[in-house]
Amino acid sequence: MTSSQPLIRMQNIEKHFGSVIALAGVSVDIYPGECHCLLGDNGAGKSTFIKTMSGVHKPTKGDILFEGQPMYFADPRDAIAAGIATVHQHLAMIPLMSVSRNFFMGNEPLRKIGPFRFFDHDYANRVTMEEMRKMGINLRGPEQAVGTLSGGERQTVAIARAVHFGAKVLILDEPTSALGVRQTANVLATIDKVRKQGVAVVFITHNVRHALAVGDRFTVLNRGQTLGTAKRGEISAEELQDMMAGGQELATLEGSLGGTV
Amino acid sequence: MTDVQTQVAGDERIKHRSRFREALIRPELGGIIGTILVFAMFLIFAGDSGMFNSQGVLNWGQISAQFMIIAVGACLLMIAGEFDLSVGSMIGFAGMLIAIFSVTLGWPVWMAIIVTFVIALAIGALNGYIVVRTGLPSFIVTLAFLFILRGFAIYLPQTIERKTIIGGVSDAAQGDWLAAVFGGKILTGLFQWLGDNGWIAVFERGTRKGQPVVDGLPMLVVWAIVLVIVGHVILTKTRFGNWIFAAGGDAEAARNSGVPVNRVKILMFMFTAFCATVFAACQVMEFGGAGSDRGLLKEFEAIIAVVIGGALLTGGYGSVIGAALGALIFGVVQQGLFFAGVESSLFRVFLGLILLFAVILNTYIRRIITGER
Ligand SMILES: Nc1ncnc2c1ncn2[C@@H]1O[C@H](COP(=O)(O)OP(=O)(O)OP(=O)(O)O)[C@@H](O)[C@H]1O
Ligand SMILES: [Mg+2]
Repeated sequence: MTSSQPLIRMQNIEKHFGSVIALAGVSVDIYPGECHCLLGDNGAGKSTFIKTMSGVHKPTKGDILFEGQPMYFADPRDAIAAGIATVHQHLAMIPLMSVSRNFFMGNEPLRKIGPFRFFDHDYANRVTMEEMRKMGINLRGPEQAVGTLSGGERQTVAIARAVHFGAKVLILDEPTSALGVRQTANVLATIDKVRKQGVAVVFITHNVRHALAVGDRFTVLNRGQTLGTAKRGEISAEELQDMMAGGQELATLEGSLGGTV
Repeated sequence: MTDVQTQVAGDERIKHRSRFREALIRPELGGIIGTILVFAMFLIFAGDSGMFNSQGVLNWGQISAQFMIIAVGACLLMIAGEFDLSVGSMIGFAGMLIAIFSVTLGWPVWMAIIVTFVIALAIGALNGYIVVRTGLPSFIVTLAFLFILRGFAIYLPQTIERKTIIGGVSDAAQGDWLAAVFGGKILTGLFQWLGDNGWIAVFERGTRKGQPVVDGLPMLVVWAIVLVIVGHVILTKTRFGNWIFAAGGDAEAARNSGVPVNRVKILMFMFTAFCATVFAACQVMEFGGAGSDRGLLKEFEAIIAVVIGGALLTGGYGSVIGAALGALIFGVVQQGLFFAGVESSLFRVFLGLILLFAVILNTYIRRIITGER
């Protein structure tokens, strides 16, 4: 957390799906160089919230300020062009396509030959292999179809892609939920690295330990509303855990489980 | 890429696969094997029937080219995740428009063709627009257009000329530059030279004595080759090609990654309409007229060719080269049975068998490539 001006200001965001009120006025500021953790139970509205940030949903009400300017993302393309890259919870990977085609989907590198511009497969393949190696995954080859990868490997491709294209903001919706120990450590280390480069990271997770490992600030959502934002050091794992579960209930539950949750 | 391979060699969990096997595992394999089988079969059973002399080759070459023209459009659209069942009706409708504009209304043929293309592209765009806006299956939307366009292809000539066939385009097309693009021939010099050297048959007597029987490459065939090459390059070598795969593979994921899925799909519907109109224009120029029933069932033949060529009916996977091979198989079998003197109704039996064989093989290969379970 360095600069004073937020990179993204989400003000009183509301999102209604027909009669369902998924977000009932959520305000969050995201600063460059911070890792902002979004926590909350299933159905709290976390995914819906970050989707309004990445141009997938238009907010029913509320304003989005990007670098101080009001921003209207007509579709995800606009958000990507603005430097916001997202790893969606339900993967944005296409199983039938190769890893490198997936990696550059929507951001294809081009090479000019005469008046025509072609997909630069050599460059795409090289970068894909490099980025995947950095994440600790050895691919058989860049032409390998994503469908042949394991769930965690797919997730890693999605994360590597977002890191590669997330010039200003990197949004990760439960990126570690399918990952093994080594890959999780890798992802957390990557979050730490890009944050130090001044990129803002929005990190959604159910795992309080993962959140505390890398988070600078923590916002808890509950039934479409914020329960407030806490700074690192101001809040303990237990408090976060309780807030996520919406207060009391977990305390009793935890008692019966012997404090293992 | 070389460093990639050395690294791969180090992964103990990957079984070694020979180069040969790697090269074989491709979407077009079913089409390639089918083509080899079909040619081998007809070389054996119809090798001396004239099927492989210049007229014979032209004969099945033209039929195959027709299939290829519509298969390229159907292939790209299917990979983008949609179907167009109105292709056959579009062929009849577009052909009828060209004939009505040029013969009944007396427009110059080039103008008739251009206006017809504009109308066809608009209908293709409308098809696509309805599909992406309503989210209805393209199967249903284009089925509606199958009836609507066929209806017009019958209604228009009947009300205007009181018949379902309009002729006389040949006279109107004399010397027309654009008509030649669809009905002309190229490389006539080359064919004359081939004839002079005795490599292809020439007329033995009559006014055309000494001229080759096949005196040029029909524009229909040129269109087919150009469309296949352009379609293949766009699909595999361009950004737009990546968008086509992505749109058909998972529209939602593609959208979230910034692919303009709706635009891609609408453009592909327009491209299918374009291919159908090329088919129609070539046919009208060849026959010198249009008939209301032209293009009947062509949509299914196109889809079959595409599926033989390794495309996945649910979208996101396929090959233009494969579709072209599927079309070639189609043309060769249809005409080959005639040359072999086999009862022509057996065509359907053969076709069914080839379809079944190719699709089973393709499914098997696709599972290897894509890890489908
Ligand atoms: N497209 C949609 N149409 C209708 N309702 C929706 C839609 N998307 C989300 N919702 C509803 O909005 C609420 C919030 O969903 P959301 O996916 O944002 O939760 P979440 O916090 O990400 O949960 P999880 O931790 O399980 O991922 C849920 O009640 C869900 O049913
Ligand atoms: Mg979610």
